[in-house]
Amino acid sequence: MSLIRHTATELLGQLNAGKVTSVELTKAYLAQIEQHDPQVKAFLLVDPQRALDRAAEIDGRRARGEKLGRLSGLPVAIKDLLCTQGETTTCASKMLEHFKPPYDATVIARLKAADAVLIGKTNMDEFAMGGSTENSAFQKTANPWDLTRIPGGSSGGAAACIAAGMAPLSIGTDTGGSIRQPAGLCGVTGLKPTYGRVSRYGLVAFASSLDQIGPLARTAEDAALLLEVLAGHDPLDSTSVDMPAPKYSETVGQPLAGLKIGLVREHFGQGLDAEVERAVREAVKVYESLGAKVRDVSLPHGKYGVATYYIIAPCEASSNLARYDGVHYGHRTDEKKLVATLDAERAKLTAAGQTAAVAALDNPLVRLYRESRAEGFGPEVKRRIMLGTYALSAGYYDAYYLKALKVRRLIRQDYDAAFQDVDVIAGPVTTTTAFKLGEKVDDPLSMYLVDLYTVSANLAGIGGIALPCGFGADGLPIGLQLQAPPFEEDRLLRAAHMFQQATDWHQKFPAMVK
Amino acid sequence: MSLTRQDVEKVSLLARLRLTPAELDRMTEQMGQIVAYVESLAELNTDNVEPMAHALDVANVFADDVGRPSLERADALANSPHHDREFYLVPAVLGE
Repeated sequence: MSLIRHTATELLGQLNAGKVTSVELTKAYLAQIEQHDPQVKAFLLVDPQRALDRAAEIDGRRARGEKLGRLSGLPVAIKDLLCTQGETTTCASKMLEHFKPPYDATVIARLKAADAVLIGKTNMDEFAMGGSTENSAFQKTANPWDLTRIPGGSSGGAAACIAAGMAPLSIGTDTGGSIRQPAGLCGVTGLKPTYGRVSRYGLVAFASSLDQIGPLARTAEDAALLLEVLAGHDPLDSTSVDMPAPKYSETVGQPLAGLKIGLVREHFGQGLDAEVERAVREAVKVYESLGAKVRDVSLPHGKYGVATYYIIAPCEASSNLARYDGVHYGHRTDEKKLVATLDAERAKLTAAGQTAAVAALDNPLVRLYRESRAEGFGPEVKRRIMLGTYALSAGYYDAYYLKALKVRRLIRQDYDAAFQDVDVIAGPVTTTTAFKLGEKVDDPLSMYLVDLYTVSANLAGIGGIALPCGFGADGLPIGLQLQAPPFEEDRLLRAAHMFQQATDWHQKFPAMVK
Repeated sequence: MSLTRQDVEKVSLLARLRLTPAELDRMTEQMGQIVAYVESLAELNTDNVEPMAHALDVANVFADDVGRPSLERADALANSPHHDREFYLVPAVLGE
């Protein structure tokens, strides 16, 4: 079996047993990237020499008998929105095309300390806003199972690179489903931890009360390994909780006896594709065969999740993205041209006697902001900034933002009530398998509705995992989603691992993985 | 309430974005659709519901009051599109 078909956990065993070196492993993944990434376009940046140098350095320490970090030279791909010191971090935006962060995100520092080989930066929707990775300013990523389909988003490159055998582990972020949805659509395993479980320090902020970093991998066992490295308290992020992170990889193999699974009544209604429903119900039967008890639960406010999310997330985004001013860092418009244009506008309006319009003309600094931002941001980012600014503007705050915060509480209360009766909630990740590239780009609202089953977990702040549970007639993967109460990542991983011990969906590969 | 092109233009100034006339038309239409969708929340009675700004029950996380090195000036300026050795540079704001 070729190296790239192994799980990260198997590869870690081989590295630690001296059966393979980090250089050999890194070479195998780089070869796969070289051969197939021109079609998949999962990566925005790969620096083979740098990755190989790092792998050689780790191998050297291994050869000298030094104790290595938890990942012992395993390659890890990074979604391109985590600050990496001195190395371009673009957020798939023209705004940050040349941005070289002066520091490492905590997650990057942890990966380095764990002796990971950072193999490349993966593509994403610009500023993580989108569900198909088509909003990247640089390239469109394809689904490795069918190159005419989207990989999901916003962590589309992060999921595609795992499915395509280009990395054994990758890091994504999830604000409304951006780890789980692409994981589901690409047939890999992706975990969105509880809000506060993983430090967000050095993560380029989108919606700060919703964003969370998490692992993508082939299996739950691999995701447990990576989460173990990522999770834990960080004084640099005041929302990172001060509680110990369990050793997920040590417990992931323990099945959950007497597991109580809730099926959300509202998830199986109108709009859910029949073959997705069939696969999810089959998956639940697998759990029953393993001794789990299944019952219906209700999340009555779940249908308001998307509307709530598309108020709160744009509001937070409009505030967070106010920092891109063309002054401190990021894209700046051509200043000479700007001043000349303003002068010409003023002369024209003055000649026409339009004194009010002259007075209303932007001053040069305001115009610098407006023009730099207009040039640096793509259409979806502009739409979200506009929506958020509108919802927060005088006279609308109560009707939109405050209202959404109240509904958010109701959504959380639904979960709290449901988890009185069940240990995990199971359901679909998305209504359908991956759609065609270009299919929804002109219809933002229909793109937003893709988040139907995933946004509520972010609003409630709870964890969720997506894992493969079948294929549609089109040969595209179908995902199962499990959600658990706050800080029960261990339960999610163990439940997912139980399923993967009983099924082989996670062992299927697209044709390009030989 | 329906969103007019004038509303959208005003928001574009608040948001410090400059939209072309074509973008304004499109933005007005798309924002109108999205706002109409999110207004479905109005049908819920939330009179006695406490707003939830945050998923965590933590408040007032304080750091110890100890000095630590901050970013060097050169590093802070390094990504700026226009700067000298000490300052970020912007077009004249006051007067001509």
